Amino acid sequence: MKEESDIDLSRRKLVKTLLAGGAATLLPLSQAYGAAGTIDWAAFFQKRFQELTPQEVGRLIKRLEEKYKIKYGRDIKVKTTPSLDNVEFAYALNLSKCIGCRRCVYSCAQENNLSRKPHQIHYIRVLRFQSGPIDFEKAEHYYDPREVPEPGYFYVPVQCQHCRKAPCVKVCPIKATWTERDGTVVVDYDWCIGCRYCMAACPYKGRNFNWAEPRLPPEEINTNTHYLGNRPRMKNVVEKCTFCVHRSREGRYPTCVEACPVGARKFGNLLDINSEVRQIIETKRVFRLKEDLNTDSRFFYFFHS
Amino acid sequence: MKLFNFVFDATKEVLKGTPLYYCWMAFLLVVMIFAANSYGYQLEHGLLVTNMRDQVSWGLYIANFTFMVGVAAAAVLLVIPAYIYDFKAIKEIVILGELMAFTAIIMCLAFITVDLGRPDRFWHILPGLGILNLPFSMLSWDFIVLNGYLVLNMLIPFYLLYKGYLGKEPNKKWIMPFIILSIPWAISIHTVTAFLYNPLPARPFWNTAILAPRFLASAFCSGPAIIVLVFQIIRRFSNIKIQNAALFKLAEMMAYAMFFNLFLLVAELFKEYYSATVHLAPMQYLMQGLHGYNALVPWIWTAITLNVSAFVIFILLRNIRNLKLLNIGCVMIIIGVWIEKGMGLIVPGFIPDTLGEIYEYLPSSTEVMVSLGIVALGAFIYTTLAKVAIAIDTGRLRRQ
Repeated sequence: MKEESDIDLSRRKLVKTLLAGGAATLLPLSQAYGAAGTIDWAAFFQKRFQELTPQEVGRLIKRLEEKYKIKYGRDIKVKTTPSLDNVEFAYALNLSKCIGCRRCVYSCAQENNLSRKPHQIHYIRVLRFQSGPIDFEKAEHYYDPREVPEPGYFYVPVQCQHCRKAPCVKVCPIKATWTERDGTVVVDYDWCIGCRYCMAACPYKGRNFNWAEPRLPPEEINTNTHYLGNRPRMKNVVEKCTFCVHRSREGRYPTCVEACPVGARKFGNLLDINSEVRQIIETKRVFRLKEDLNTDSRFFYFFHS
Repeated sequence: MKLFNFVFDATKEVLKGTPLYYCWMAFLLVVMIFAANSYGYQLEHGLLVTNMRDQVSWGLYIANFTFMVGVAAAAVLLVIPAYIYDFKAIKEIVILGELMAFTAIIMCLAFITVDLGRPDRFWHILPGLGILNLPFSMLSWDFIVLNGYLVLNMLIPFYLLYKGYLGKEPNKKWIMPFIILSIPWAISIHTVTAFLYNPLPARPFWNTAILAPRFLASAFCSGPAIIVLVFQIIRRFSNIKIQNAALFKLAEMMAYAMFFNLFLLVAELFKEYYSATVHLAPMQYLMQGLHGYNALVPWIWTAITLNVSAFVIFILLRNIRNLKLLNIGCVMIIIGVWIEKGMGLIVPGFIPDTLGEIYEYLPSSTEVMVSLGIVALGAFIYTTLAKVAIAIDTGRLRRQ
């Protein structure tokens, strides 16, 4: 009799301990999602952007702008400007001119509200090569000289190449990323589940993941944003270059084009026979990265001094 | 009513046991609680607490996922001899194998879930509720075949056990089509999982047509190895009869599978090293180190040594029917294949990355803890399922 109650007691004790442990587990879980009462159900049940009716888009944008106002204390405009007709954007980059100054990198970060240090994200990566062939394995990603350009080196900036046959779009299990009519590849950050399959599929490292909550100081926010582009993002989703969708659809250049001090970056409408990119592709010797992978990208490189 | 009785009696069976049984289950619970804490930490701070980064965007979770799909698929090595060839020693234990497949799939789904950045959006991938990118995305397909296999391996053993509980003969005509279907389905889950990696030209290390055959060959070694060990444990702690003949039959199949696995590895190594294009880099990184980086070199050579030694052991086993030797071989295979398919396959796919950068990845303590929790979850689920199955099989659990 006595033995039995002993076992009973110790069993009860064990159960108690385990329950306490269980509560300790649930705490961070609930913190991560907000206490039960504060879950944003409208956000939870939000549909994929492409499926939304115009009314739903209106409500969504209003909700987002209110949310950003609370979070950052700033009036952030979230546009949904659709892609223009008869436009296919393309990019051309003059490698003879690039001096490796990374002004494009930082203006992009500023313009697109990218996460700052210590969780710094950059859409553009400038690779430094020793004079000779472009061999990625010998590229220096983190060069840090006193002055650029350095003698004996050349530079190749790489960002999303906005492929016509984009491997990232093909592999996404839930269509959270797609190609717009104007040829830019975009992500619905609110639909992405963060599986990172697109990152495995991209041959150009054109995609970045917010491994932590993005660091975005409110005073540095660019308040002119687009839903599919530079609006503030959240942790654990994928993001990428959109050719500055919030600018390009209003007839402006992506910020990297304007930031380049030597005019190495050219951007325009491939369908317009008089556009600068079209002229470059037709008159210069151009090449694309990893042509053998048949991604048919819209990002061209050329040499012209 | 009958079904209610079944569930009630099965629950009762799970709740009572020896002190050792309680200790085991309590131990698993404690591991799971620690792991849940780690997972909570990961949810709170983001995947930054793992060692994955933009350069190496998949790691231990996806490696374990890949390994467990193989374990799930390997149940077919029990199903084929049991139902197609009517091999008696295996037929007696096939249900335990199917339950193992079921458990392995649950673990796969758990590994996928903890790898997701936004598990709160899981419904986006559910058919009907969300949107699947069919027929293009292999991940959408994988999700479908894995869940299909989960349903099959839930339905078949449940039906057979339920009939056993009622003391009735199962209706062969009704259940056989599902059993037959489960055979190609098992092959499909591992093929589609290989097809996740293999069609990506961005990752030359995976972009090889023999990846799916390699996956199947290694799965047919590691899966049975786990089954052989677990079955001996079950045999020791319950009164179910598992014949040595069944275990050695599995060992025989593992010997063939390991031969093919090693052969395919040699084929892969030969092609990469002889052609020696720029695509050799990840293989070089794995086998010998690259530009002074060599974190994975000890791993892969451990795996190769274990796999080759195990192969020798399994050849010897044809003449020396020694259980101890069999068990040593099984342990070697499990570790060897786990490394080869996990750290040795997923990680080097990302090193060097697509722009030539080398970021060395080894899992963080959070990743290790969460993974251990999922293993404990699997052990917990399998123990309860096996306990009920054994009780019914030995006639102890019957409808009153």
